Amino acid sequence: MTVGMKVGIVRFPGSNCDADVYRAVTEGLGESATYLWHKSTDLEGVDVVVLPGGFSYGDYLRAGAIARFSPIMGEVIDFARSGGLTLGICNGFQVLCEAHLLPGALVRNRNLRFRCHDVGLRVENAGTPFTSAYAEGDLLHIPIAHGEGQFVGEASTLDELEAEDRVVFRYVDRRGRATDAANPNGSARNIAGIVNAEGNILGLMPHPERHSLSVLGNTDGLGVFQSLLAAVAGGRGRRSDPAPPEAAEFAAGAVAGAGVSS
Amino acid sequence: MSRVWSVDVRVTPREGILDPAGETIRRALGNLGYEGVHSVRAGRLIRLEVEADGAEAARASTEKMCEQLIANPIIEDYVVRVREG
Repeated sequence: MTVGMKVGIVRFPGSNCDADVYRAVTEGLGESATYLWHKSTDLEGVDVVVLPGGFSYGDYLRAGAIARFSPIMGEVIDFARSGGLTLGICNGFQVLCEAHLLPGALVRNRNLRFRCHDVGLRVENAGTPFTSAYAEGDLLHIPIAHGEGQFVGEASTLDELEAEDRVVFRYVDRRGRATDAANPNGSARNIAGIVNAEGNILGLMPHPERHSLSVLGNTDGLGVFQSLLAAVAGGRGRRSDPAPPEAAEFAAGAVAGAGVSS
Repeated sequence: MSRVWSVDVRVTPREGILDPAGETIRRALGNLGYEGVHSVRAGRLIRLEVEADGAEAARASTEKMCEQLIANPIIEDYVVRVREG
């Protein structure tokens, strides 16, 4: 039985992690997903919008800067501002920052290298609709693949993010310590992922979808999608018809069984 | 009367924003024996041909483009220069 969650995955020219997200949703959760073309202006009634990883518009000008003005982004911005669950992964995070849906910016990695490997992440806030399947302090192994993932912002912005518990993921070492060596790109305060003040928009550089199926060798990232499922089943999101109670129970069961390895 | 103006936009990393590209150039210059280069900041130059009623109009229009797209004020500064002639 499924909850009936429908996830919309935006495809920009240059998106390349769209199919990975599709599989995380359809195979990892057994829910439905649909691709949303960047020239469309119809979100097709989806419960969740995902801006996937890739190199939209060749990363010209600045990563995410051109995609931010794609026709569909007007709808995505309205959806996100009205409380719709919106997830930006890697290039999607860059687009969310360029669209001012999230504060700060993502610039060239400190060491100038494209980094493509697993990183350690610590769940800093398990109270969001993206992380409820985890517990605070959980350590995850999730791949990164980016050249422009250094999160920067004004000190006041960073302080505000910390004070409001909006830093959701941080780069850490095997023992869960946010060290400089564990920071793959020089991000301020080892920040890997943040939410907006309302908590319905998450951006993160690591790729949870790449560790979301057992065939991929690791399911640490599936919890992000299970959390979204629980949120949608619980009535969060834009759907006007609330999920039936049995659906909510199913989602709660799915969350209890979240495969969080460390 | 409207004509086409050549406009340069110089975009540079904002003060306080780490510029790893500039820093790498600085180190390379040091390796080549150029001493005394204390800082290098690497930005980019964007040259536009803008139709406008005058130099000021061309500048105003380009500044609007900078605010909206060409620069990200969180991390970058920009300077607009309308080239004469």
